[in-house]
Amino acid sequence: MKFDQPATTNPIDRLAVVGHPVDRIDGPLKTTGTAPYAYERHDVAPNQAYGYVIGAAIAKGRIASIDTSAAKRAPGVLAIVTAANAGKLGKGKRNTAPLIGGPAIAHYHQAVALVVAETFEQARAAAKLVRVDYVRAGGAYDLAAAQSSAVKPKEEKPDTAVGDFAGAFAAAPVRIDATYTTPDQSHAMMEPHASIAAWDGDKLTLWTSNQMIDWGRGDLAATLGIPKDNVRIVSSYVGGGFGGKLFVRADALLAALGARAAGRPVKVALTRPLMFNNTTHRPATIQRIRIGADRDGRIVAIGHESWSGDLPGGGPEVAVQQTRLLYGGANRMTAMRLATLDLPEGNAMRAPGEAPGLMALEIAVDEMAEKLGLDPVEFRIRNDTQVDPEKPSRPFSQRRFVECLRTGAERFGWSARKKPGQMRDGRWLVGLGVAAAFRNNLLTKSAARVRLDPQGVVTVETDMTDIGTGSYTIIAQTAAEMLGVPLANVVVRLGDSAFPVSCGSGGQWGANNATSGVYAACIKLREAIAAALGMSADAEFSGGHVSAGDRSVPLSQAAGEQGLVAEDAIEYGDLDKRFQQSTFGAHFVEVGVDAATGEVRVRRMLAVCAAGRILNPKSARSQVIGAMTMGVGAALMENLAVDVRRGFFVNHDLAGYEVPVHADIPHQEVVFLDETDPVSSPMKAKGVGELGICGVGAAVANAICNATGVRVRDYPITLDKLLAKLPAAV
Amino acid sequence: MKAFTYERARTPAEAAAGAAGNAGAKFIAGGTNLLDLMKLEIETPTHLIDVNGLALDKIEATPDGGLRIGALVRNTDLAADTRIRRDYALLSRALLAGASGQLRNRATTAGNLLQRTRCPYFYDTDQPCNKRLPGSGCAAIGGYSRPHAIVGVSDACIAAHPSDMAVAMRALDATIETVRPDGSTRRIAIGEFYRLPGKTPHVENVLVRGELITAVTLPPPPGGTHVYTKVRDRASYAFALVAVGAIVQRDGTGRVALGGVAPQPWRVEAADAELANGAAAATRRLLADAKTTRDNAFKATLVQRALDAALAQARSAS
Repeated sequence: MKFDQPATTNPIDRLAVVGHPVDRIDGPLKTTGTAPYAYERHDVAPNQAYGYVIGAAIAKGRIASIDTSAAKRAPGVLAIVTAANAGKLGKGKRNTAPLIGGPAIAHYHQAVALVVAETFEQARAAAKLVRVDYVRAGGAYDLAAAQSSAVKPKEEKPDTAVGDFAGAFAAAPVRIDATYTTPDQSHAMMEPHASIAAWDGDKLTLWTSNQMIDWGRGDLAATLGIPKDNVRIVSSYVGGGFGGKLFVRADALLAALGARAAGRPVKVALTRPLMFNNTTHRPATIQRIRIGADRDGRIVAIGHESWSGDLPGGGPEVAVQQTRLLYGGANRMTAMRLATLDLPEGNAMRAPGEAPGLMALEIAVDEMAEKLGLDPVEFRIRNDTQVDPEKPSRPFSQRRFVECLRTGAERFGWSARKKPGQMRDGRWLVGLGVAAAFRNNLLTKSAARVRLDPQGVVTVETDMTDIGTGSYTIIAQTAAEMLGVPLANVVVRLGDSAFPVSCGSGGQWGANNATSGVYAACIKLREAIAAALGMSADAEFSGGHVSAGDRSVPLSQAAGEQGLVAEDAIEYGDLDKRFQQSTFGAHFVEVGVDAATGEVRVRRMLAVCAAGRILNPKSARSQVIGAMTMGVGAALMENLAVDVRRGFFVNHDLAGYEVPVHADIPHQEVVFLDETDPVSSPMKAKGVGELGICGVGAAVANAICNATGVRVRDYPITLDKLLAKLPAAV
Repeated sequence: MKAFTYERARTPAEAAAGAAGNAGAKFIAGGTNLLDLMKLEIETPTHLIDVNGLALDKIEATPDGGLRIGALVRNTDLAADTRIRRDYALLSRALLAGASGQLRNRATTAGNLLQRTRCPYFYDTDQPCNKRLPGSGCAAIGGYSRPHAIVGVSDACIAAHPSDMAVAMRALDATIETVRPDGSTRRIAIGEFYRLPGKTPHVENVLVRGELITAVTLPPPPGGTHVYTKVRDRASYAFALVAVGAIVQRDGTGRVALGGVAPQPWRVEAADAELANGAAAATRRLLADAKTTRDNAFKATLVQRALDAALAQARSAS
């Protein structure tokens, strides 16, 4: 189905099932521990052996020699895979560094060997007997030191310029020019990367934990040098991804190589300490923001530059993305520069670009409001734009940013906010902060297959993944709505490359595109059902019946003995070129700062989101509060500590890399504005899973400033950055 | 993890004798630290002597009015004991500030005293560490050192002791009772139990090979107001950046011990003597020979501010 005109009224608008806060259909499996994750697929292939990954002990250089003789003699060892014996390997186009290193080592903990043994314990013990001698080479590990060597990346659009930024900024009566930094961050999802591989002749099946089945299939085939058709990937349940599982990683490749070497199925999970340096992370940024405004608080010039680093061949953190679209202003510039760093691979993490970009921009906007003597909510409202400010002929499909701000301010009690340092609750300095949430709505082709069986059960199959987001449930709701059956009559099967290729889970595009693909397949199935019954194409599907005129037939009868199957994809025209499609929100945060110790604790949070039709308010809320929690982590504690001499992230476990625990998170409130966006898709929905993190960090930072009067521009805002400036008396 | 043999000891003396006769032997009780370290091959015992069955799990009154806490009393039980909560609140509060409920259910009194540092370089066997591999060097010095110690450090090691409980024990003047391989027992004041790193950071206390902790005794209740302030980057389940354990009497005198700043729970007698003169005076004594890095210099300021707040809290409570 080609979607190239805004949607009109369609069966989804009935909202009999869609739009309701139904429980997750996979909930009972999750809460009873019976949803099988990749590493637990004991059933799928007999005689599984265990692989243990060895990571490189240096950040850059080469392997001089590997001695595996002692490990080979160790109890239970079946095979040892290294780059030297793995055969010729290619590289997936979405991997920056090879997933197995040797002789060249590209980054710390890059995999250098896999030990396969009868048991996990034997593999782990034998891995310690592998002796690797390295020759170290010098590398670049410090973004600040490498900043001056950064170059224009081979991005589609590293720089943008409209009007005369330099002139307008210089002439503006009120200006700020400030530099902000965000650190490297880790996805730190609960389930580690894990895979089971089994070969049948030259055909490989991989049970794994992955967000993007078709990408993974292509990249794994390319790495192994086999046809894509010879690879099947299954990823039924994913215990968190956040972008860390967009790509196949070392567990997948090494499980495949280990299984080939051992001649039997092999399972591999990355250990927690390996994940931080072996896989991808959100890269650190240095961001310079300049804003010039007239005395009425209207922006006349806005400039945003960002520097980040990555391995050779990698890309930049696109932290200026939102600044091109969020606020008006006639004179504008953005620029991104990329330094070569020999740290582990930088890549996408929840809301790549906007998450770190808004952490900086939305502090700058707060600082600007302060300089202007304007309320920060009012300053943002004053600079709203209903068109793409770089290309004013291009409107937003829908933009209710101002309403998000006003609704949030009202509900949060924003008017009680005082000047910095003036609210106190015992030892706590109390402050309120606000920030904009903004994330684009991305459209991607997505296919599905829908089957009606003679019992009236509808089965949906698509390679879409559920990474804890609720995909199973909203897909079931979509099919139930389209075919007029109760939710209980829908079976959803996901995450298998044997199914039609979907959009996958990433970039908050999953919900809208995957359900639109299911919508397209259901339209086709409805046509097939109507045709089988000799009904017209406008037959009604409701209450488990198909009706046309005065005739009404139970759906089960329409299926015939063989059942009926339809497959289709949603494909998009140029609506995303004619209209800028984005999602909007406003975050409000109250913090307390311990006047003595500088410890920051979040006391209240509210997010107001305008993100098109909300397909399931319960799962959408769950996405947003999870993202808000991650935003608190980014604001207050998450920081991959770089050893700039040795070239690695030092705090590589969950004791050292702190993320929020329950005690850090107060009551969170989420409000969704009631809206539909017919320009987006037939579902009239947009994404929301990343919108929830966008801006949270800055809202916390702004609240801290309001509480203490101390402006911190370097994340995370740990107490050591506040202490020296806090009042002397407790 | 290296393969190991395992036995259950029947008496403390037998456990001590068994451990003395086997260079690769270690005692195991709760295992909350040791097992993790064994999986990473930071600890590589070839023989484990399980002491869980030694019936050292009672808290009993001592003739002088104190308490004798069995080595195997779990952290949860110790923190919840009514006598501890009433008379040694500092200990209860320190325990509850540490780890998680699950870990406290398992972790023992003696094991808590003996837990190893959380220095991230100690945990990475691909990095040099004088504590893990004597003579290999210290990667934390000149590296990432935000969580590290600022007093009592040496050129060989700046690792901090991670325990909360030990800070309270230090302030309470606890005594550690042991049995040695020859069956003799001794009592070690906690102030003399730990060793500073010097040139031998792998030697962390005065126990001899095979010596087993059987109990920790507390002197009669010290009275006063007990405050345990643990400062950390998140609200729970994190090691202290700085911890202050203070016992303050009505006249402002008292004692203070620190966590998160030294290779051992840190107490300085001269600082106790200054406590009535305020946080600044006491901190000057506590951190007299501080040696900070760029990453952890803030801890000096933090100690004073946290102590100041603790003293204020004690004043308002008394």
